[in-house]
Amino acid sequence: MTTYLVPVLILAGCGILAGVLLTVAAKVFYVKVDERIEKISASLPQANCGACGYAGCADYASAIINSGAPTNLCRPGGADAAGKIAEILGVAASEVVPMVAVVRCNGDCNATTPAFDFDGVQSCKAVKRFYGGNGSCKYGCIGLGDCLAACDRDAIKLENGVAKVIPLLCGACGQCVAVCPNQLIEIRPLNKHVEVLCSSAANGKETKLSCKNGCIGCKICEKKCPEGAITVTDFHAAVDHDKCTNCGTCIEACPVKVIHRV
Amino acid sequence: MKSILVIVLSAMLTDNFALSKFMGICPFLGVSKKLDSATGMGVAVTFVMICATLVTYPIHYGILVPNSLEYLDTVVFILVIALFVQLVENFLKKCIPALYKSLGVYLPLITTNCAVLGVTVLNIDNAYNFGESIINALCGGLGFMLALVIFSGVRRKLEYADIPETFKGVPATLIAASIVSVSFMGFSGLFN
Repeated sequence: MTTYLVPVLILAGCGILAGVLLTVAAKVFYVKVDERIEKISASLPQANCGACGYAGCADYASAIINSGAPTNLCRPGGADAAGKIAEILGVAASEVVPMVAVVRCNGDCNATTPAFDFDGVQSCKAVKRFYGGNGSCKYGCIGLGDCLAACDRDAIKLENGVAKVIPLLCGACGQCVAVCPNQLIEIRPLNKHVEVLCSSAANGKETKLSCKNGCIGCKICEKKCPEGAITVTDFHAAVDHDKCTNCGTCIEACPVKVIHRV
Repeated sequence: MKSILVIVLSAMLTDNFALSKFMGICPFLGVSKKLDSATGMGVAVTFVMICATLVTYPIHYGILVPNSLEYLDTVVFILVIALFVQLVENFLKKCIPALYKSLGVYLPLITTNCAVLGVTVLNIDNAYNFGESIINALCGGLGFMLALVIFSGVRRKLEYADIPETFKGVPATLIAASIVSVSFMGFSGLFN
């Protein structure tokens, strides 16, 4: 009997002694934590996406209290989270502009042709290293879904070889922006609907040869836009969302129909 | 006196815990990015090693051997190490919050740092007496710190090195670690 009892007692004794010591140490070295940090942390989505610019939800919560970070930085949480944080802090809620990701390419399988077959690792990053990609356009969506894999919310789908964002599901965390080897994905304000769905920096002729849906840089939209919100640089139109009024004049005017209402 | 010198040199150089015995590789690669967190980690590990030895040695010879329970060594030692790691964590959180933050998750991971358990078990295996055990623990910890500090310097150089894209980051770090480890093999003929 003692063969079993003695080791158990010794081990239990050690355990209890260690427990008592730790309890004492916890009392002696107690650090007061601001309870608001925990409350704020609880009101955040706990996605730990890093879109706010901090290491995670807990880090952002402590930054709000300790270094006065703005309360409206959480993109997945949106106005909801900002409201709760403002309530905990007892300040007025600051405005939150809802954001959403957009894939700026429309070069689907009908518009582009494959340059070669790729049998290697099926990821955009791998293909990109291989002569800049296996599509006829080297700037467009490779369509192997690195962004799909990065998305925690299943907010990206592949449609005919091109990634598309589902705005309803998107939390604008920016995980997909980081993984796209062609930097096609951008975070835009949800209430601005006009987007140039092409990111080609090649000239008009080259773009036209590689993709039927590409922006040829003709500058018609730049001239037609009543707000002066479109500028063409590098043979490629870009919309300034601060000036855009969603009027849609450019969509009508574009000869290659590369500007879309998203 | 001669045997003590042998223990000191072997714990620090010939049988360096990180570079020759390959113990505690996780913090070795994890916290060696910056010199100050590397030294902090080294000090914390050394402290835990000495404290653990101070307690495990009497436990082994005072409690376990008389009851012929040597097989409980590992589990009791881990318990003691966990206790000290928790104490160090509490202490750092209160007194040196900056170091606590920069060590991050690696601090509680000292609990599972096999170098610490390795020191306590090797003290018993090599039949060191109490004084020798303490010296072995101290020098083992200092050797671990030496490895971390040297490697943090190597990694700093590595940051600026022009290496092929494929090797950037972890691969280059692992290769550099192996080269530093090979260079420590040069000490192996120090005494025989």
